Amino acid sequence: MRESSGVRSSRHLMTHVVLMAGALLMVSPFVWQFLTSIKTLGESTRIPPTVLPSSPQWSNYSAFFDVVPVGSMAVNSVLALVLRVVAQLLIASLAAYVFARLRFRFRGPLLACFLIVLMVPPQLFVIPQYEVIRTMGWLNSVQALALPGGFSAFGVFVLYQFMRTLPPELDEAARIDGANPWQIYLRIILPLCRPALAALTILTSLFSWNDLLWPLIVNTIPERMTLPVGLATLQGAQGTDYPVLMAGSLLTILPMVLVFVLLQKQFIRGIAMSGIKA
Amino acid sequence: MTLTRTKGSAAPPAPPAPRRRPNRHPDDVWAAILLAVPFGGLVIFYLWPLLRTVLLSFSEGTAFTGYTLSGPQNWQQLFEGDDIWRALLNTLVYAAIVLLGVPIAMVVAALLHQRGLRGRSFYRTLYFVPVVTMPVAVAMVWRYIYNGDFGLLNEVLDSVGGPTRAWVADPDTALYAVAAVGIWMALGTNLIILAAGLEAVPETLEEAAMLDGAGPIRRFFSVTVPLLTPSIFLVSVLSVIGSLQMFDLLFIMLGRTNPALADSKTIVYLFYEEAFVRNDRPLGAVIALVTLVVTLAVTAVQFRLQRRWVTYA
Repeated sequence: MRESSGVRSSRHLMTHVVLMAGALLMVSPFVWQFLTSIKTLGESTRIPPTVLPSSPQWSNYSAFFDVVPVGSMAVNSVLALVLRVVAQLLIASLAAYVFARLRFRFRGPLLACFLIVLMVPPQLFVIPQYEVIRTMGWLNSVQALALPGGFSAFGVFVLYQFMRTLPPELDEAARIDGANPWQIYLRIILPLCRPALAALTILTSLFSWNDLLWPLIVNTIPERMTLPVGLATLQGAQGTDYPVLMAGSLLTILPMVLVFVLLQKQFIRGIAMSGIKA
Repeated sequence: MTLTRTKGSAAPPAPPAPRRRPNRHPDDVWAAILLAVPFGGLVIFYLWPLLRTVLLSFSEGTAFTGYTLSGPQNWQQLFEGDDIWRALLNTLVYAAIVLLGVPIAMVVAALLHQRGLRGRSFYRTLYFVPVVTMPVAVAMVWRYIYNGDFGLLNEVLDSVGGPTRAWVADPDTALYAVAAVGIWMALGTNLIILAAGLEAVPETLEEAAMLDGAGPIRRFFSVTVPLLTPSIFLVSVLSVIGSLQMFDLLFIMLGRTNPALADSKTIVYLFYEEAFVRNDRPLGAVIALVTLVVTLAVTAVQFRLQRRWVTYA
């Protein structure tokens, strides 16, 4: 505003050049992925590389479905995601509510137990978690994929932080009206937490959809694998069929990218709120 | 039972200040009921595992025989070998390289923050896409791009006269190639957090500097960066903690038969390999505990150094 528009637009021109170059770097791998996914095997390994396929090979996408049980893998990924998100929303919000709004004995130490878990690298839990799942007879099941993550100290922390900002008069008024803590949680606090719950849902979905290490360990039968694990084994089995690999990987990232484009604001709020990346 | 507090507060003559004294823990029963499931899960899936991992690290045995406490020989075995030192070094190098993404993110954040800039959300979307894409899928693309024979990168470099090689199959470059992807993937996250920090920087300061004749670069270094140090610190800590966890990219970009793998393993990769490929759970437990120690140590150092450069307005 303060500068003449000529100065401003020329400065922004430089900005746009730099930002565009950066954006190109961010996006070009995906473009290459797509172009490769419709090439023939020969085209994908040609030297020098061909940019455009002579005729698009859409059959690579169906080939992906023939090589690995993609259907059941996608179902596993979705079910694990849903179960994990629902479990986490219920369980974490309950714990967060208790810590943020109730006064009880051992509140400090109990809360500390949750927060300690948050600070410990996940590998420390993995071996015994695997043993627990195996003992329950849950290896190669959806609950194995969803369970440890369904109990999430991270979720408790995010919601606890949010619930602490709600005015205490809410609970007090409800109590005078005769509501018990469970009713206050369900009817008053939980509805007010919608933005935090939305952010948590998005972040958890992202973790769950993209996670590799845990699903790789617990579900080893192809029909029980998640998509990322399926992709990883696909690469192991046919590491050189790049068009099919690229078609498959493109398909698996598509749902999250679409969700992101649709819910961008919530995504960004979630990241900014928690500072945690996927 | 919900009436306990009302009853208590009715006792003293002064009606206000109902929170004082009467019963400091009116919700004990409700807390116990509502926490039962969350805390039960915490014990089964996190607290017990924590203890179990510590015990395992001092145990011997296999999944079939069961494990018995035996002393620190797993620790000895691990630290007498080369693998752990190599993995530690690799992980720290990786974390340090990915940290270079923070200044890049700062520049992009500052560029995006300019007033009157068009297409801000368009750029933000593009920069953010790698964050929401599955690391496994992304790693596959990059592996293909890095391919020594027909990879896109070599083709591009060749056309400008740069060096070409088998980037992820060469022990000299594999880790760096993976780290470059790490920067690329983390840029969006760093950007979001720094952008949130920039929103909080009062515009009046920028304007004052502008009126004093400071150009954009001078303003960036003298006004924006100092005010942004708390966000930069947060991003740096999170970046390092995230880097110490690196597994997916390496697992996919360097397949099991990759000649560069032996020299490029990170701690978490080593953990996976020992605990779930070789099924040496006690040794895996030791490596897991090493990741804890390293994470705590590196984070502590960062908090220490923070005093030198972070200014809280």
